[in-house]
Amino acid sequence: MRIPLGSPLQLLLLVCSFALAGYAGVRLLAGDWFGVALWFVGAAVLHDLVLLPLYAAADRALVKTAGRHVLYVRVPAAFSLLLLLVWFPLISGQVADRYARATGLSPDGFLARWLLVTAVLFGGSAVVFVVRRRRATKQRPPAVH
Amino acid sequence: MVRGPVDGVARAYRRDMARSPFAPSFWRSPLRGPWLTSVLGIVLLGGITLLFVTGLLSYAAYNPDLAPVNDKTPDKGVLGFYLFSWPTDPHWLYRLDQGVHVTLGITLIPVLLAKLWSVVPKLFTLPPARSLAHALERISLLLLVGGALFEFVTGVLNVQLDYLFPGSFYPLHFYGAWVFFTAFVAHAVLKTPLALRNLRRLREPREEQSELVSPDPAEPTVSRRGALWFVGGGSLLLFLTTAGQSFDGFLRRTALLAPHGGAEPGSGPGGFQINKTAAYAGIDPAETGEEAWRLVVTGRDGRTVRLGRAELLRLPLHSSALPIACVEGWSTSDQWWRGVRLRDLAALVGYEDDPPDVFVESLQRHGAFRRAALRSNQVADPRSLLALFVNGEDLTPDHGHPARIIVPAAPGVLNTKWVARLTFGDL
Repeated sequence: MRIPLGSPLQLLLLVCSFALAGYAGVRLLAGDWFGVALWFVGAAVLHDLVLLPLYAAADRALVKTAGRHVLYVRVPAAFSLLLLLVWFPLISGQVADRYARATGLSPDGFLARWLLVTAVLFGGSAVVFVVRRRRATKQRPPAVH
Repeated sequence: MVRGPVDGVARAYRRDMARSPFAPSFWRSPLRGPWLTSVLGIVLLGGITLLFVTGLLSYAAYNPDLAPVNDKTPDKGVLGFYLFSWPTDPHWLYRLDQGVHVTLGITLIPVLLAKLWSVVPKLFTLPPARSLAHALERISLLLLVGGALFEFVTGVLNVQLDYLFPGSFYPLHFYGAWVFFTAFVAHAVLKTPLALRNLRRLREPREEQSELVSPDPAEPTVSRRGALWFVGGGSLLLFLTTAGQSFDGFLRRTALLAPHGGAEPGSGPGGFQINKTAAYAGIDPAETGEEAWRLVVTGRDGRTVRLGRAELLRLPLHSSALPIACVEGWSTSDQWWRGVRLRDLAALVGYEDDPPDVFVESLQRHGAFRRAALRSNQVADPRSLLALFVNGEDLTPDHGHPARIIVPAAPGVLNTKWVARLTFGDL
């Protein structure tokens, strides 16, 4: 069986990119090659096969529970989890000791501030929900008996 | 009509296939489509290009080609092709460059996640490769996705001092950036024309024939524009809770979760952000006292002078207003430093009119930058000081007492604290 080549321009471009990636990659892997390769490939695998299915499943479950009001929960929950994902080392306190010794700053506020931001996000969402529902009830013509 | 066993098997097969991510009908979000992917792609094209350029500039700011002590990537080869003498003007150059690099990187995280989500069905394409070019493109996508996540994760961990990654940050983030960027350029060349065509044709985010569009879409819970607002909102939230760490006062307090947001470390003249405290750097107070501490300055033909603090104070003192800007993305506003000009110290040891490079050594016991080199243009700048005072008072131990380097536009770690020895001469 003959394997089709595909676009020659695309082939040239990709081989050129691989050659350069190889040049940098040899240097990237010069130390702990296994650890680096594990991080490089592991990041893609963890994201595509663990993180993404997890949040997609959580969102599906949320849609089932909250129905057409899902956005009022989805938006604050996603934003709160996004902050937790990015600042997890500080919020969880796993670097608290090094952080305090190196910077002279208190490591204690991060969890509290994240919880407060989360409260504001959900509280704000609740306010929007109530305001919109009130407006909707006012605009609806009175029921005829 | 009687349903035969074959019929049942076929139905069961179809049902099972729909449960497998390799079936197009497995992916049911009505949001996926060329419009959303193209918009996110174009944002990342601009954003990641800017990240790469600011990153390369930040790397050049260390003057890695000046001396081995500045160079954490001695095997860089042609990857350092663009290096140049880092200037001292404008004095906020590094502050701006690295602030943009880190703040923009954090702001782009939701866009990156959304982009990866929008194209995830393509990961499960069957057949795995239609042609050799397609097979290579898919391998290239592993470098693209793995590289993007590797760069973002190492960066985000490093600014939080969480050194989990397998090696030193500088070589990992620098070489990783090049691997990622080669795949990024190939991807951009192959896809940008298509993305721009999609955006021109689909001014409105309508459905369109594409492998990204679900053949069996679920009931929409949000419009495509709504989804874009959602991603933008996440970016805005990260931006608003991070950007403040590049400023002082009220703005720093708005950086609610960034490592150098919140309150300043203490009050008074020395109450501004610290990269590494004296205790963390292993500075022994016995070595920095008036009696013990001597600055050793060596110059032309090995000419050496030893200066105590009192002798330094008898030299002409000058002031300059300069910031501290860290590779971690935070910075302070201009502080008022006062001390002896580096070029005056060079003149003391035989370099009257031609300030050369200088090799700076700290009392620090450990730390990658306890020794650092500055280039002649940095030594010659009249604002470059061996500072003894900040904001009108003696330096505090955490800001480098008894003496520290301060150079306009240089990365924070090249402003060596607790200086013990200066060796002038061409490096």
